[in-house]
Amino acid sequence: MIITSHRLQENENITFPDTKEISPLKKLINSQSIRIENLDVYIENQHILKDVNLIIPEKKITCIIGPSGCGKSTFLKTLNRMHDETPEVKISGKIFVDDENIYDNRVNIIDTRKKMGLLAQRPCPLPMSIFDNVAYGPRIHGMKKKKTINQTVIQYLQYVGLWDEVRDRVRTSATRLSIGQQQRLCLARGLAIEPEYILGDEATSALDPLSTKKIEELFVKLKEKYTIILVTHTLRQAKRIADYIIFMYLGKIIEAGPTEEFFSNPKKQLTREYLSGSFS
Amino acid sequence: MLGIAIFTILLLIIIGLSLFFKALPIMREKNLWVLLTSAQWKPFKGDFGFLPFILSTFYVSLIAIIIALPFSILTSIYLNSYASKSVKKFFEPVIDLLSGIPPIIYGVWGTLTIVPLIANKIAPKFVEFSTGYTVLAGGVVLAVMIIPLLISIMVEVFRSIPKEMIDASLSMGATKWQTVKKVILRKSISGIIAATVLALSRAFGETMAVLMVCGNITQIPHSLFDACYPLPALIANNYGEMLSMPSYESALMFSAFLLFIIVVLFNGISRFTLIQIEKRYQF
Repeated sequence: MIITSHRLQENENITFPDTKEISPLKKLINSQSIRIENLDVYIENQHILKDVNLIIPEKKITCIIGPSGCGKSTFLKTLNRMHDETPEVKISGKIFVDDENIYDNRVNIIDTRKKMGLLAQRPCPLPMSIFDNVAYGPRIHGMKKKKTINQTVIQYLQYVGLWDEVRDRVRTSATRLSIGQQQRLCLARGLAIEPEYILGDEATSALDPLSTKKIEELFVKLKEKYTIILVTHTLRQAKRIADYIIFMYLGKIIEAGPTEEFFSNPKKQLTREYLSGSFS
Repeated sequence: MLGIAIFTILLLIIIGLSLFFKALPIMREKNLWVLLTSAQWKPFKGDFGFLPFILSTFYVSLIAIIIALPFSILTSIYLNSYASKSVKKFFEPVIDLLSGIPPIIYGVWGTLTIVPLIANKIAPKFVEFSTGYTVLAGGVVLAVMIIPLLISIMVEVFRSIPKEMIDASLSMGATKWQTVKKVILRKSISGIIAATVLALSRAFGETMAVLMVCGNITQIPHSLFDACYPLPALIANNYGEMLSMPSYESALMFSAFLLFIIVVLFNGISRFTLIQIEKRYQF
């Protein structure tokens, strides 16, 4: 359901709104991939996201940080329209992906989701073999030739560094893998639908340090091809891999900027307090 | 607590044993193989062939499960994945209510509606004459009885699938139906089998409703429109009447013992298969 906010209705005839005004990141980036305008999200009349305006830079890693319950995950879910599955959620505003408002009625929800590879907090293999997990996406999107499917599966398993570990048991159940391997499998599965964006919802919080490192390295490798948006709990992780940081608090974007500048010279008092650990 | 648990198991063994000893005379008197495979049922001449009753029990139950399974699976899928909250809230208690209706009411309903329907509308298209009291009527009434049971178990099975798994499928751009087919059904296959086993056990033993609609003629049914005579009906109809003949009493006890063994064996075998399935497709 789309309720266009009042302010947006007045400006409806402006096709390309002045992004300078709406984006805290605008000055620092040349290209734009996801543009969010006046995004409000209500869950059962609770105002979860409040007037979010944002541009997410292309082929970079953008980390969203903030205390628990600030709306980070809710925000991530608006990007692949997973809120459509819960009728209690009301969304207003516009999200432009490739210059197309994904909340427009004409946009196919399947196409939107196909553009977004999601990596969830806990790895969740589907109830099938390792091979079928990776082949799942290509198959539902119409890939039929066995040879092509084989190639695709092997390619993405190799990409996430899992192929050598599982090559002799790709036909066995995916749940027998370690949790770190499962998360890499889920990443391969997400990549196999050939998305343009990768969304990570605290994708390493359930993993051990070594597996976390592997996933982080993959993210850095992936940003050559994909735009990556990560929600993270750990500031150190954001510091390690992010190019841009967005700091959210109580459903609002407080501050956003390039990683180095953000950590060395935060502009807002709230950000300084959060970074110093006064609250979390 | 352990004592109570042991007592429950003992109860099962006691029932089994007492049936066995009561059935022993007829098993001594006749060849067990003949008892099971003969179709001759003439108690006054001393012919006790149980094949018609055994086959009738299986046929009626089989027809019931064939009718009930698709219905229940589709309904549970709808209730789990498609129905809105208010629909769910309305339907789930109603389904529980349905499984609480006494069998005799289903029997009366079957006699009043299903039997005439088969006699007047359905059977004439296939056979020359049928009273309506048939295998098919028994199967249909039984199906209606086990559908609520199947649905309430399957809804529970589907509900136990983690939401993250369904989200994982949806977030890859799968449609709801693709998710149902490839993830939900696949994940709950063992639960569906378990539900089916439970429903079949119930169907094997169901007496009153089936007895009222299936004709109770001792014969091997050759079509859906023949009358049949399942084991529970045999016991219910004759027990208490013919006890002056010791071999008849023993024969009835034997049929009870047979039913008992069928249900126990069936449960055992299906449990074993279930474990094998889970081992093989440990997802």
